[in-house]
Amino acid sequence: MSAVSQDTAVKTSRVAQVFIYLTLVLFALFYLLPLYVMLTNSLKPLSEITGGDMMSLPRALTFEPWLSAWATAQVGVSPTGLRPYFLNSILMVVPAVAISTVMGALNGYILTKWRFRGDTLLFGLMLFSCFIPFQIVLIPMARMLGLMGIAGTTQGLVLVHVVYGIGFSTLYFRNYYASFPTELVRAAMIDGAGFFRIFWRIMLPVSGPIAVVTIIWQFTNIWNDFLFGASFAGLNAMPMTVALNNLVNSSTGVREYNVHFAGAIMAALPTLLVYIVAGRFFVRGLMAGSVKG
Amino acid sequence: MPIQSRQADLRTRLQDLIPKIVLAPSLAVVLIFVYGFIAFTVYLSMTDSKMLPSFDFIGLENFGRLFALPAWNTALVNLVIFATLYIAICTVIGLGLAILLDQKIRGEGVLRPIYLYPMALSFIVTGTAWKWFLDPGLGLENTMHLWGWTSFEFNWIKDRNMAIYTLVLAAVWQTSGFVMAMFLAGLRGIDNEILKAAQIDGASNVALYRRIVIPMLRPAFLSAFVILFHMAIKSYDLVIALTGGGPGRATELPATFMYSYTFTRNSMGIGAASAVIMLMTVAAIMIPYLYSELGAKKE
Repeated sequence: MSAVSQDTAVKTSRVAQVFIYLTLVLFALFYLLPLYVMLTNSLKPLSEITGGDMMSLPRALTFEPWLSAWATAQVGVSPTGLRPYFLNSILMVVPAVAISTVMGALNGYILTKWRFRGDTLLFGLMLFSCFIPFQIVLIPMARMLGLMGIAGTTQGLVLVHVVYGIGFSTLYFRNYYASFPTELVRAAMIDGAGFFRIFWRIMLPVSGPIAVVTIIWQFTNIWNDFLFGASFAGLNAMPMTVALNNLVNSSTGVREYNVHFAGAIMAALPTLLVYIVAGRFFVRGLMAGSVKG
Repeated sequence: MPIQSRQADLRTRLQDLIPKIVLAPSLAVVLIFVYGFIAFTVYLSMTDSKMLPSFDFIGLENFGRLFALPAWNTALVNLVIFATLYIAICTVIGLGLAILLDQKIRGEGVLRPIYLYPMALSFIVTGTAWKWFLDPGLGLENTMHLWGWTSFEFNWIKDRNMAIYTLVLAAVWQTSGFVMAMFLAGLRGIDNEILKAAQIDGASNVALYRRIVIPMLRPAFLSAFVILFHMAIKSYDLVIALTGGGPGRATELPATFMYSYTFTRNSMGIGAASAVIMLMTVAAIMIPYLYSELGAKKE
């Protein structure tokens, strides 16, 4: 007998088994196909792409497209490759994830262990902010960033992502801390431990799993964001997604599909790596965001 | 002694205040940047703002003009087609794969991450890949021709009437694995004893799923619907990367409409009005859902 959770009461016949495996493998191919096409074609010279079929493996293997996408390809008006924009994205993602996660942890702690009148309403207000179509805040946000003097800067983007990331990070930590025994916190209070001491000594040590979930979730969302980047980054703080879109859609010259693919994989690599390393947590994170317990 | 107790009193009062002080910045940020901004956009939607915000109140005029615009109506029709198919197909594929994966499959650990990895990608990456794959001169059609199937035709992305379905295809590719994970979690939560009892009563596999399992997955259906619905309305990046709203205006959605009217066509009032409609659509689904979730949690 395998693990209880894997055990299914349903029994299937031999024919059904074949059908099941066939379907599952076909779908696996469907999901893998675009990645395969991107990867193989990013390693072909351009002539081989326009003349040949997309499924074949490269005959003349070349890493030129990758070098070009990284350092010399035309992005917008300047031939810088994607490198500066990759750095922009890193400089934006790291502080935005760190700040929103810390704020989410503190909020979750307060909303579950220091409850007060109206805290559920407050949480509801935060939760709804996760689901608003961001078009509703674009115009005032552009004005606000201008007023604050951080329009078109990475700091501006960090602020935007923190503001609209707090809802989700609070949701994760609140749901996680809700199942942590409040008696332990009470006991510590009676012993004279204060707000921060309890957070530091009691809550933080058990927060590892949910911190991982939150960090992965925020990292994926912020790295993959396009709307805010396209609206507020200007030319200097442009993140990877916007730069990739410019690279692919720049209308001048020959369309270098192999370079586009190399660029697309570069833009996908950080989140894919995170997903490969900590995929199980990623799934759990996605679930926590939808099926709230 | 009295001084000490007064100090202690002050300390506990301070202790009571600390949580509120720590929470205050988040609260302020949400109130200003979410609800304040919503109020601001709602107000703008009732002004004659063009390139820059103006504060001349004109009532609901913009909404009248918005719904008279063919471009907006195209965007709405497209959204209905896109959202319906996207939600339906993701649910069918997600549920189907989850049920098949739940049959004690060997290699589940390999298959699951393959189904799920597209969710980790940016829609811009997805769009880049599919745009090329669907391009008749380069992708699938060309490859089929080279393989000898010369009558093969697949040019939806260039066809005004079919282009919207390419959006569905790429979006389903990206999200259906995630829906599968939601249903799989639901399936794994069902008590096997119930299923075994039904089998002893002679229920067939089909009946077992139709009568018992699928009804028990109600919460998963609801969550999947809510998530997919709000993703459909927010869809912006994928349209930009895959079709750019074209050919013509064939794949314009409310999100792209809002952006172009606000920032490139200098009709901020109309753009704000379209954003308000988008928010109201999401709110109509999300508020009852969140209300029931939070209300149920109190008990």
